[in-house]
Amino acid sequence: MEEQRSKVTLHGMWISTYSKRVEIALKLKGILYEYVEEDLQNKSESLIQLNPVHKKIPVLVHNGKPVAESLVILEYIDETWKNSPRLFPEDTYERAQVRFWVSYINQQVFEVMGQVVFQEGEAQAKSVEEARKRVQVLEEGLKKHFPNKNIRENDDVGLLEITIIATFGAHKAYREALGVEIIDPVNTPTLYNWIERLQDLTVMKEVEVPRDKLVNFLQNYRQKLLQQAASA
Amino acid sequence: MNQDEQVKVLGLWGSPFSKRVEIVLKLKGIPYEYIEDVYGNKSPMLLKYNPIHKKVPVLVHNGRSIAESLVIVEYIEDTWKTSYMILPQDPYERAMARFWAKYVDEKVMVAMWKACWGPKSEREKETKEAYEGLKYLEKELGDKHFFGGETIGFVDIAADFIGYWLGIVQEASGVTIMTAEEFPNLQRWSKEFISNNFIKEVLPPKQKLATLLKAQFGSVTSD
Repeated sequence: MEEQRSKVTLHGMWISTYSKRVEIALKLKGILYEYVEEDLQNKSESLIQLNPVHKKIPVLVHNGKPVAESLVILEYIDETWKNSPRLFPEDTYERAQVRFWVSYINQQVFEVMGQVVFQEGEAQAKSVEEARKRVQVLEEGLKKHFPNKNIRENDDVGLLEITIIATFGAHKAYREALGVEIIDPVNTPTLYNWIERLQDLTVMKEVEVPRDKLVNFLQNYRQKLLQQAASA
Repeated sequence: MNQDEQVKVLGLWGSPFSKRVEIVLKLKGIPYEYIEDVYGNKSPMLLKYNPIHKKVPVLVHNGRSIAESLVIVEYIEDTWKTSYMILPQDPYERAMARFWAKYVDEKVMVAMWKACWGPKSEREKETKEAYEGLKYLEKELGDKHFFGGETIGFVDIAADFIGYWLGIVQEASGVTIMTAEEFPNLQRWSKEFISNNFIKEVLPPKQKLATLLKAQFGSVTSD
């Protein structure tokens, strides 16, 4: 069949949570793909050609045509490979809820979490507080709109779950590397639990970055950013 | 379930985000009740239906609310599968539409806004970004009538700010980024966009909008 023979290539980066989301989706659907590691510090000609507007990863190439932006890629995957798991719910209102919360995580939460990495002292404390507030909103949202969510197998994983594991899966590594805790079983039990259950799935274990490697990366990255800020 | 039951839009007359929702409802022939929120004063209704962002637009359908204009637009497209569809059928074409809508929404609009009204120290940088963004859009549009091809689609709706508001914002702020000479395709497109019969109905009056913008943000000469 045409689809089985046409090649799928993912251009990504081992440390990128956006890249991870696409890998998870491809693996969940059993789509064979070639992975190409890109170096954003030293952008390849091919990456620039594939994504001239943003020059970023991930980029999915299918039938020779590139698709950029992880959320757009995930929708493309779900609409092209209609086998389970379906990444979007059938019901259009639930689908809108998924879109809303994914957007909330991407735009409201992830950004402030990122600031924590390169800030210190007062500024960092403020960002941590803001991140916790926003994560609390997410917690309430999950409780309200997805109260019966039960994650036991691959079929239970959709776009929202993928976004959550990719964004928050490393929260323990963040705590170890930065001494900062944003998610915990007492204040954000729903979110904490979703993450634990997702991490039990084989597909997630396959894409997970080993804890030591991640802690090491975060510490070095933070040092580098702090030095840059100091000398600016 | 009667689809058309109880569709309400909570919006602001001058907001391009709000208008995106009205435009798609009009194009699809979906009747709705419009409720004006209050500028500078978040209404109890707004706080009830969008407690998280406390922003318009909010769509209420069958008693349930949805926020974020592009989320709402996709919801409307998913729920009312009438003859007028704003996204193409083909998954790759849909991906391209979503990519460009996102680009307009997250990059170009933000840069343009900051270039016109943002902190003075950043305006030069934002102007450059806005200009580059518009160049990409100019190229993407090319010879087509609309980003959606022959008919108005998802990207055109997302870019409503560029189609109508930008001209007024440029005049009100004194900052010019998009000129007819450098952006002939976008210029042509914007004329066609705003002359569409459905869109004409919902666009805010030019003078009223200019007055509002000047009042809210002042002009480029003030600090």
